[in-house]
Amino acid sequence: MDRYRRRKAVNVFNLGVSAFTTAIALFFLFWLLWTLFRQGLAHLDLRLFTQDMPGPGSEGGGLRNAIVGSLLLTALGILIGAPIGVLTGTYLAEFGRHARLSQAVRFINDILLSAPSIVIGVFVYEIMVVPMGNFSGWSGGVALAIIVVPVVVRTTEDMMRLVPDTLREAAAALGAPRWRVVTDVVLRASLNGIMTGILLALARIAGETAPLLFTALNNQFFTLDMDQPMGNLPVTIFNFAMGPYDNWHDLAWAGSLLITLTVLILNITTRIFLRTKR
Amino acid sequence: MDDSAVSEEATGTRYPLGDLLFGGVTWLSAAGVLLVLGAIVAMLWLGAQPAFAKFGFWGFVSSAEWNPVTERFGGLSPMLGTLVSSLIAILFGLPVSFGIALFITEMAPPWLKAPVGTAIELLAAIPSIIYGMWGLFVFAPFFADHIQPVLTDTLGELPGIGALFQGPPLGISIFNAGIILAIMIIPFITSVMRDVFETVPQELRESAFGIGCTTWEVVWHVILPMTRVGVVGGIMLGLGRALGETMAVTFVIGNAHELHLSLFEPSNSIASTIANEFTEADGEVYTASLIALGLLLFLITFVILALAKLMLLRMSRQEGNAR
Amino acid sequence: MNEATPTLVEEERTTFADRPSRDGDTNAAPQPLDGETALPHPQVERAKIEVRHLNFYYGKFQALHDINLRIPENKVTAFIGPSGCGKSTLLRTFNRIYNLYPGQRATGEILLDGRNILDRREDLNRLRARVGMVFQKPTPFPMSIYENIAYGVRLYERLGRAAMDERVEWALRKAALWNEVKDILKRSGKALSGGQQQRLCIARAIAIKPEVLLLDEPASALDPISTLKIEELVTELKGSYTIVIVTHNMQQAARISDYTAFMYMGRLIEFQDTNTLFTNPASKQTEDYITGRFG
Repeated sequence: MDRYRRRKAVNVFNLGVSAFTTAIALFFLFWLLWTLFRQGLAHLDLRLFTQDMPGPGSEGGGLRNAIVGSLLLTALGILIGAPIGVLTGTYLAEFGRHARLSQAVRFINDILLSAPSIVIGVFVYEIMVVPMGNFSGWSGGVALAIIVVPVVVRTTEDMMRLVPDTLREAAAALGAPRWRVVTDVVLRASLNGIMTGILLALARIAGETAPLLFTALNNQFFTLDMDQPMGNLPVTIFNFAMGPYDNWHDLAWAGSLLITLTVLILNITTRIFLRTKR
Repeated sequence: MDDSAVSEEATGTRYPLGDLLFGGVTWLSAAGVLLVLGAIVAMLWLGAQPAFAKFGFWGFVSSAEWNPVTERFGGLSPMLGTLVSSLIAILFGLPVSFGIALFITEMAPPWLKAPVGTAIELLAAIPSIIYGMWGLFVFAPFFADHIQPVLTDTLGELPGIGALFQGPPLGISIFNAGIILAIMIIPFITSVMRDVFETVPQELRESAFGIGCTTWEVVWHVILPMTRVGVVGGIMLGLGRALGETMAVTFVIGNAHELHLSLFEPSNSIASTIANEFTEADGEVYTASLIALGLLLFLITFVILALAKLMLLRMSRQEGNAR
Repeated sequence: MNEATPTLVEEERTTFADRPSRDGDTNAAPQPLDGETALPHPQVERAKIEVRHLNFYYGKFQALHDINLRIPENKVTAFIGPSGCGKSTLLRTFNRIYNLYPGQRATGEILLDGRNILDRREDLNRLRARVGMVFQKPTPFPMSIYENIAYGVRLYERLGRAAMDERVEWALRKAALWNEVKDILKRSGKALSGGQQQRLCIARAIAIKPEVLLLDEPASALDPISTLKIEELVTELKGSYTIVIVTHNMQQAARISDYTAFMYMGRLIEFQDTNTLFTNPASKQTEDYITGRFG
């Protein structure tokens, strides 16, 4: 029975280690969030939304132009990326379910989902910034759109596949042409799921920094002109955190908290959305 | 389900105009996704040409020199930095992910499963720039003060590998970057592992318990061998993520272009080098060298992610056969 | 309530000291049902498993109601009844495999050689080594044929190479599989046909030398020829094992079992020696079921 006792011991030890590793991961999550809230809340005030970014060495300041810029850029990213994503997802789930093109697109899409975002920044730099001659809000939006597409494609296809084929057959049996079946029945039935996918994509790009570094760049001043370099939160956080001034660091923390809260709220919303759907 | 999907392409049915139009637009869009991938590779390739022309592909890959003044560039140092930091991330992230997956699928009481699972998934939702800031301002000083000295005094004393753990107590190092990366890839590996563990048929679990296996034995001898392919796929997915991660690494890796034996010295990675230097790069060759690095990164991650995808596909196919 | 069993208070006690006297008590008479009509129960010389006032719950749903049953040693006992009647649930309490699922629980007593296995302190791994189980679908482990059998043995015993080879061969011979696999022992267990896989699982179960073998519809996923082989195997194995088999197939129960229990809606309706149950059932419900009037 010595053998038996050893097996028991191994079991208890390994399960203990497994619970411990879970605790470690959770510990890091809470450590990170705690730091973020402590540092961020201390500097989260109204000035953040009313004043523009401070220049080097100047006191105070806020993040108004960066917040507005980020809103514009993410909106542009979603406006370009989401329709392409939904259409592509529709092709994969409906029109070309078995087509060879679909297999290739599915494969490539899953890879783009995890592709290094900095490379997408370099790509957009080459196709837009170089020909246009300057960094711009437009190129930043396009870079974000390229990140949005794979996320939306994936969820759209998954959600459309959840629509039972009997529903498609029932609609087709009424004599509806294929495109009416798709738009009136499938799309409508999976609309909630597709919206969830778009929200997830929004959460994903809200904090994306790397693709903006050399597309939208950053801008210390307030602008709504998409032809100009555009201020945005992530790059501002990067620059300020790396910079030498204390008020920059404080603003970086406050901006980080702002982004994280947005992302967490988006994530939790989608979760609740999906759960109540089921 | 599949054959009833009304895919009438093959039958030569005539379509109404609306179908042709709408179907055509979706086709264009799907083809566009493929096109983007092709365009990324093509543009990076084109952009990198001046560098490859000057140094040769192998010359670029094998040189560790990075000197903007003399315009001599080689990608060895950032490539090594990327690989080493990602391997450190896997080294730490893999066991932790396995532990979490095991905890959630086999151990946790039902009321704990969902909250723990959600919390782990939130790790993936936090933007990488937040990890970077936290890593720079919180974790790096902590690491330098409390963990690094201990490692240097213990592992650093070992003959041979000891040199890996000697270095300035800055907390800004490839090792630190690896740890931050580990935290970031944990949710990805964990989620794949959970998914594939759950594909193991319940009867198989029961029959392993039925001959008196302990939970650990069921996992180690039955579940893990059955899901090996999928687990490896998950690790590759995590590796792909780690390789391409930019912001978190840029904050804590130190961005130094020298090659060091020690893991505690500042170093760099492909992504951090591009992030730091791209906008300042003056001169065709400098920019082209950075783009060449981007191309290398893209190709490496593409291969890794493609392998991951193929393995996960094989896994789901196996599962399909089993049922 | 009833005169044949001791009072409830005594029932709940599980000390070993009072076992012998109780054995003497309960051997004598059949268990009554509902306190009014006596539940037909065969004379059981030596009970390997004794179920007393067993209730079983899936969360709030009660799946078994006050089951009382004595399962004779070294015989084949079959549980029959329409689907959902609780026969599998009952079987799954004997090695407490239900314990894997939170929310599933049992109350009452199940005595294995006089010891209550529902006791919280019961060591489940050891229990399961004593009570082997074969499931509806074949479940070869992801290992070679040889390893599939050696793995379980190794959990409990340290055997040398030769001894292990011998044990594997013994188990495979017992399961009537040796001749078919002796040259391919290194191959994956999944390479076998469904029927062979199921016999492999039986070999795996008996290789550990359990005292009880639980079979949960072991042939329901198999073709007729494989089914026949499994049935022959069960007949072969009785005598050295206490076998409990759940089956939805009445002919199968009639062919291979010594005793048969008929269950309906979570209750044990009738327990008889197989011959009596099928030829002269005491309960109307049993009669209706075996003559095919419902179920």
